Amino acid sequence: MTVTMNRTKMDNGPAGVPKVLEVQGLRVHYATPSGDVIAVNGVNLNVYEGETLGLVGESGCRKSTLAMAILRLVQPPGRIVSGKVQIHGIDLIALSERELRQVRWNQIALIPQGAMNSLNPVMRVKNQIAEAIVTHQVQRSPQELKERILRLLAMVGLPGRVYDMYPHELSGGMKQRVCIAMAIALTPSIIIADEPTSALDVVVQRVVAQTLLDVKRTLGVSMILIGHDMGLMAQLVDRIAVMYAGNIVEIAPVKDIFAEPLHPYTQLLLASIPSVKERKPLVVTEGLTHDLRRPPPGCIFQLRCPFVMDKCREVVPPLRELRPNHYAACHLY
Amino acid sequence: MPEPLLEIHNATKIYRGGFLRPGQQLVALQNFNLTIPEEPATITAIAGESGSGKTTLANLILGFISPTSGEILYRGQNTSTMSPRQKLEYARQVQAVFQDPYAVYNPFYRVKHIFDLVIKNFGLTSSKQAARDLIEDALKMVGMRGEEVLEKYPHQLSGGQRQRMMVARAYLLKPRLIVADEPVSMVDASLRAMILDIMLKLRDQQNISFLYITHDLSTAYQVCDDIYVLYQGSIAEKGDTVRVIENPKHPYVQMLIESIPVPDPNQKWNTDVTLPSEEELRSQVDTGCRFYPRCPYHMDRCLVKQPPLIQMDSGDHQAACYLYDQTTAENQSGVMEKQSATKTE
Repeated sequence: MTVTMNRTKMDNGPAGVPKVLEVQGLRVHYATPSGDVIAVNGVNLNVYEGETLGLVGESGCRKSTLAMAILRLVQPPGRIVSGKVQIHGIDLIALSERELRQVRWNQIALIPQGAMNSLNPVMRVKNQIAEAIVTHQVQRSPQELKERILRLLAMVGLPGRVYDMYPHELSGGMKQRVCIAMAIALTPSIIIADEPTSALDVVVQRVVAQTLLDVKRTLGVSMILIGHDMGLMAQLVDRIAVMYAGNIVEIAPVKDIFAEPLHPYTQLLLASIPSVKERKPLVVTEGLTHDLRRPPPGCIFQLRCPFVMDKCREVVPPLRELRPNHYAACHLY
Repeated sequence: MPEPLLEIHNATKIYRGGFLRPGQQLVALQNFNLTIPEEPATITAIAGESGSGKTTLANLILGFISPTSGEILYRGQNTSTMSPRQKLEYARQVQAVFQDPYAVYNPFYRVKHIFDLVIKNFGLTSSKQAARDLIEDALKMVGMRGEEVLEKYPHQLSGGQRQRMMVARAYLLKPRLIVADEPVSMVDASLRAMILDIMLKLRDQQNISFLYITHDLSTAYQVCDDIYVLYQGSIAEKGDTVRVIENPKHPYVQMLIESIPVPDPNQKWNTDVTLPSEEELRSQVDTGCRFYPRCPYHMDRCLVKQPPLIQMDSGDHQAACYLYDQTTAENQSGVMEKQSATKTE
């Protein structure tokens, strides 16, 4: 019910900017012996041209599952139950495996979690990037290919000598930038980056973050940035979608979320950012509490919500536009 | 004066062999000194980027590796010359909590197993009931209940729950020191606070000291008493945590703090940081200050000899940087001005 209600409303993007990606009513279930776990619960999302959407939430809130579902890479026992994922109007869910391969990487690229550890240790950087290009696109002459790869490396701020190197010769930040180069190799319209800077220290994290911003600026590519570091999100994204237990509970421009978080969960996330400016008492909360196989009726956040009301235990709050372009799923408003 | 709980004297760890070329060596930790007092219990942060020697330090203290030179004293007793009985006692009193709460459990055993093991290995009790009481008590400390978790398998628990169980396991042995190597880097922001809060509780109520190893200066700032910031195996800056974080002196520490993303979309990064590519390739400066290639204020003398820790004007605060060496009088005032100017930008 909520799915159809929101869809019509959320079609209106910021004035005139075309949609690149449209996710409608996407559901992913995981089969377990004691019943299905609802991993992604009817998610609706739009990503507009040239924007970066941040997807935040604690681990286990299924941010990565959502990303994999968008790419149709959900592995069994998981499965996409229903929904649409449209890129420039093409529904990925409806495509055949072969048609899908054309769209993936050409249109939509992924920087997986821990990407820097996914490089092949016995392959030189040049061969890994070349492979990404050759598998998904027409053959090119070796000279063309080399020029293209060197241009890609320059674009992510790496020196040309990286071309001939092996992954173990590179630092974590450099490896991560090689992965970014691979993701933009075929100039996709959208890149999904799953925690692209986790496991890097702050200075390197900042260099990689800048690389992402530069790439976005030069190529005008849209991005979905998955993470849980609200500080980094504040620096990098245009809009934020907050996810809790497989549901989007709030979605708004980044400034509005920080200025006025509406959903109690978002408020909690923001309150628990450790600061280096002032020492303050810790905000202590429990993690996910309900059994994912049997979500309670009503609001998904009710067990942890400090403002829980009777209504929350009965009726699922729909995602509503409470302020201009600011959507939240909460009965408080 | 009572002996300190833990004292590290000039510890150096050099790795050779393995994948390194013959003759090549990697200095993981150099002339490291640290003191943790017997009383009162404190939380000491060891901060630094990956490769700075944090984990080498943890491994040295936990006895997984031994120092190339220098010594580690536990209540005045050198850990390398302990008798087997003393070693066992040391292993009980110094506990560890590791980074990855997913990797430390054997997936084939119920989580109860980790408690049963320590009770058996350290011969804490032979009675089932007493063992159960000990476990319940430890779980209560971290806000969990035995009946809810003990019979479960690791995959049925969340990352935060698993990490709390690891703290409970360490607490069960009534240790004096817990070496926590990145205990919160793999749990989320909202759960991080809970684990840090447990650390504070154990420090204040149970008199347990912590060595909190982290790359995250903001959590260190929130809970730690003292901090040591490492850069490529040497201490760049150390002292009272609030002093160091609020008023960093070493150019590296200043850069670190400036790079922490500000959680405010209206206050965006305005300058670009660049890493010299040599730096990224981890080539090391053999003599002189390790930070030289990246340092915006580097001077010729920095290449000659590694700067010693220099006492700052106020209280417990030292930085290893020639900028603060009173003997380089001539251009010092100019540099200091430049520095405070960039800080206020």
